[in-house]
Amino acid sequence: MTDPAAQAARTDPAGGADPAAAQPAPTSDSAAFAIRTTDLTKRFGRSTVVDGIDLAVPRGSVFGFLGPNGSGKTTTIRMLLGLASASAGEVRVLEREMPANLARVLPAVGALIEGPGFYPFLSGRANLHRLDSADGFASASTRQARVERALERVGLSSAAGKKVRAYSLGMKQRLGIANALLTPRELIVLDEPTNGLDPQGTREVRTLIRSLAAEGTTVFVSSHLLSEIEQMCSHVAVMRAGRLVAQGALDDLRGAGRTHLRLTVATPDAPTAVATLSRLGVPPAPLGESHPASHPADRPAVRPANDSAIGPAIDPAADAAESTALEGELPETVPAETVVAALVADGVRVRGFAVERASLEDLFVELTGEGFDVVQ
Amino acid sequence: MLLALAAVPVLIAVAIRLTDDGQGGGGGPAFLDRITQNGLFVGVTALVVAIPLFLPLTVGVVAGDSVAGEAGTGTLRYLLVSPVGRIRLLVVKFAAAAVFCLAATLTVSVAGILIGLALFPVGPVALVSGDTVSVGESLLRSLLIALYITLGLLGLAAIGLFISTLTDAPVGAMAATVVVSIVAQVVGQLSQLEWLHPWLFTYHWLDFADLLRQPIEWSSFGANAVLQLAYVAVFGALAYGRFATKDILS
Repeated sequence: MTDPAAQAARTDPAGGADPAAAQPAPTSDSAAFAIRTTDLTKRFGRSTVVDGIDLAVPRGSVFGFLGPNGSGKTTTIRMLLGLASASAGEVRVLEREMPANLARVLPAVGALIEGPGFYPFLSGRANLHRLDSADGFASASTRQARVERALERVGLSSAAGKKVRAYSLGMKQRLGIANALLTPRELIVLDEPTNGLDPQGTREVRTLIRSLAAEGTTVFVSSHLLSEIEQMCSHVAVMRAGRLVAQGALDDLRGAGRTHLRLTVATPDAPTAVATLSRLGVPPAPLGESHPASHPADRPAVRPANDSAIGPAIDPAADAAESTALEGELPETVPAETVVAALVADGVRVRGFAVERASLEDLFVELTGEGFDVVQ
Repeated sequence: MLLALAAVPVLIAVAIRLTDDGQGGGGGPAFLDRITQNGLFVGVTALVVAIPLFLPLTVGVVAGDSVAGEAGTGTLRYLLVSPVGRIRLLVVKFAAAAVFCLAATLTVSVAGILIGLALFPVGPVALVSGDTVSVGESLLRSLLIALYITLGLLGLAAIGLFISTLTDAPVGAMAATVVVSIVAQVVGQLSQLEWLHPWLFTYHWLDFADLLRQPIEWSSFGANAVLQLAYVAVFGALAYGRFATKDILS
């Protein structure tokens, strides 16, 4: 099964389709997508786990697939890879209908699915050799070199001779990623790739994904960790209870989530600050949680400014009072420095001031609901 | 597991050697008393002892583990996305189980012959039909018997493979396969169910005595082969039907 022509086609840097395949020429509409699903649905008995989702993963993107636990991410991935059959809907991976073209598509797809799975009694290296020899399309002559390269890329070279039984969760995870990298791929699917990794490992995985993307590989990453997706993805889709609630380029999605900037003010003079902010057109600021004054050393520097300000007399007792965090949405038309100046002019003791663009987390929570309850 | 199987003839031979009172003859199962006269019989005797339980047990473990074991360690999904075709996976798994059947019977047979050579006198072998064959010829007959029993185990291996596609718990599949083989043997003992007996995959298990006749009586070999191939076909098809469309959620 080491047909040189097929091999050459797969390593073709342009990522050209297998010429031997008698496939109709992909339409211009689908050519841009590494994964495209239409009304993809999966039912187990009476419960619908994946409910008519239309995924569109552009080629060359790093696509973040977000959703709380139990929202149907892994089931979707299993359907994409032909492990589970869809109850309804269509899947196209690398411009080919699935699962009809499994044998043609999967050699170009690397995957880490719901955690690594290895034989505990074999070494990491032996496990990779075994999985690679199971792949009928992978060349046996280059196996040694490819396995070593994959191990090196995930930083496992020194531990490759150890039995997988002795591996930590993070090492197994790395080995799972190495397995996905064994041959040149057009698409890599990583399901929760940073599970069990230490912060350093997480960072390495991020770097790895970026380097894969730089090579032109499409990377499809599922995660419930937003910060991670935010840091490395160009596109995002958000799942909730089996439905796709948002999808698109990360920047577009951020913009669609909240058009306003979020303003946070920490001050012990909450009532005055609320009045000032309202006057400036910053929407009525809801009272946040109380925080104990955390930086007493800063106060002497603030005091003179307060003393010189012409404002309402300030009760010295309030000086020891706790700061209150006020939150508000800052319209694009109001510059942040105007707000600070106005607050100070009104004698508000500003102990903290921050303007943030809405994070993906806000959007995520907005879309999927808060709390730990798994949506049924 | 092969070591445990090899221990069967060794145990038998040592036990008989130690209790041999020098008079020859005596009770015990068929063949058992003849070991003292000819060490070559240890292999056959050990197979007779191993057929009802030890061999089905090991085959059940191997066949039951074949697919469910991969599911249990989480490697099944990685094999399938490598990609390995589902049919190919089943064929390879069955081939591996068949190779194990052969290895298991040969292990018992060879270990028996070796321990027999070591502990008992060896000479030309008297067959069931009364003829006598040379040592070389008798070794050939031993190999034939091993092949016969291997063939007999293929049906069980196919059943084990099918059961293995039903579950993600390898232990359950192993146990179920062994239970099936025991139930088949128990049913084979009930005269009330005699009409069923020729359909049991265990029916021909102990009929290899025909290979110890001169000339060799091939009819039971053929009947065994047909029966086992039928089992392989039926349970192979069931395993395929189950596995080809199964959602791999392990």
